[in-house]
Amino acid sequence: MLQIRKLNFAYGDLQVLWDVDLEVKQGEIVTVVGANGAGKSTILRNVSRLVRPASGSITFEGHELSHVPSHKVVEMGIVQVPEARRIFPEMTVTENLRMGSFVKATRKDRERNMERVFSLFPRLAERKSQLGGTMSGGEQQMLAIGRGLMGNPRVMLLDEPSLGLSPLLVRNIFEIIKEINRQGTTILLVEQNVYQSLRISHRAYVLETGRVVLSGPGAELLDNAHVKKAFLGI
Amino acid sequence: MTVFLQSVISGILVGGIYALIGIGLTIIFGVMRVINFAHGDLLMLGMYTTWLVFSRLGIDPFVSVVITGPVLFLWGAFLQKTFINRVLNALPQNQILLTIGLGLIMSNSIMLMFTSDYRILTTTYSSSSFSLGGISISEPLLVGFLITAAITGALYWFLLRTDTGQAIRATAQDRDAAQLMGINVQAMSVLAFGIGSALAGVAGALISPTYYIFPQVGSTFTLKAFVIVVLGGMGSVIGATLGGLIIGVTESLSAVYIASGLKELVVFVLFLGLLLFKPSGLLGKTRA
Repeated sequence: MLQIRKLNFAYGDLQVLWDVDLEVKQGEIVTVVGANGAGKSTILRNVSRLVRPASGSITFEGHELSHVPSHKVVEMGIVQVPEARRIFPEMTVTENLRMGSFVKATRKDRERNMERVFSLFPRLAERKSQLGGTMSGGEQQMLAIGRGLMGNPRVMLLDEPSLGLSPLLVRNIFEIIKEINRQGTTILLVEQNVYQSLRISHRAYVLETGRVVLSGPGAELLDNAHVKKAFLGI
Repeated sequence: MTVFLQSVISGILVGGIYALIGIGLTIIFGVMRVINFAHGDLLMLGMYTTWLVFSRLGIDPFVSVVITGPVLFLWGAFLQKTFINRVLNALPQNQILLTIGLGLIMSNSIMLMFTSDYRILTTTYSSSSFSLGGISISEPLLVGFLITAAITGALYWFLLRTDTGQAIRATAQDRDAAQLMGINVQAMSVLAFGIGSALAGVAGALISPTYYIFPQVGSTFTLKAFVIVVLGGMGSVIGATLGGLIIGVTESLSAVYIASGLKELVVFVLFLGLLLFKPSGLLGKTRA
């Protein structure tokens, strides 16, 4: 469904990604794990076309994305929930969700999607008119995921959804990601929380200093000696 | 007491138009983080457009806002697309140089075409007023204020209730995140600069029955708009509305109670005083 081939990317002189190959098939949860600065977020920023790669190709259902502007990528059904939530601080919960369905084709489903978001995150339903910037980190993360769902994503790109959340909320968020996937949305997840994310993933990639060093089914990687040593401290 | 009320009301009538100028500048700043130093010159173009359609076609200045607004919208959108867009990621001083330059080109081109003569646009009601409970209200200022109020109301509705208006606010709050919502932020910038210019142009049209029209008239208003926006909080539309009204009333009160030559001084003292205690302006967010 989503295919990344030989992706190279540099911020100025600093090369961040080296020949990254990655594939996401319909219906999967695919995770990219790696330490801070390994280049995980940069992969997602490339897919969403917020930045331009030095070389390599990214295709979505056979369509090359290299000349597609970022707002069109969203129209194609690739929706990113960015790192650090990035919700609109001076907009209410409802307004933030409405922005998630800015793309014309998704506006007709607005009411239905909003109901879906409120049933996944009952907390948001209680805070419809609260300003996004005044909510707690966990609530902001729920809002960010909810806002992403408003755009009828075919592939949802999630950038460190567990960042800065309490352990209980972390487990909660991963359960919800699994649920969203079960309801039919393909997921490409980027995480530092290796244990939790590998547990829910069909397949995963390990990224180290911009290179894919390992890949395979999530459960298999959990048992991998290198992964255990490098990320899980066992 | 009558004198006090009288000057407060005149201040509010003028302040409404100031607010319109400030709102235009603050929308542009909010969406693009560019301070538009050509703002007063766009207002000047609005005045000349009004003067032209009045003197050539006999169209009333208050009616001509339906021409001035769209003309300045297109002009602003053109400026954004062709020039401003190229400096969005440049250093602030480069952006300032560009907008100052564009302003100079506009005022000097107008001077070339129409000379630097002062023009007045005399309508039958230019100096007419009516009395309400002992307070005299200038008719052109009142009509101007009512049109301003209607436009401001429509703008608030647009920004708060429509998808495109919300997308403009979203772009102002987080450009990257807006892009991830499928918002074409480049198009929003063009729209924002167009709206900002149209508001400046309409303000120009509304004051043309009561102000002198000349090529350099813009600089006063650029400065005033800047003060209004900083006072209200950079990027805040409600702040600019408040700021405009406050400056209008302050000018009017100080002209009556101190000296009309010192009204600007009082405005700046008030402005600096407020910034001393609240550097982010009345409704501005402190920078993180």
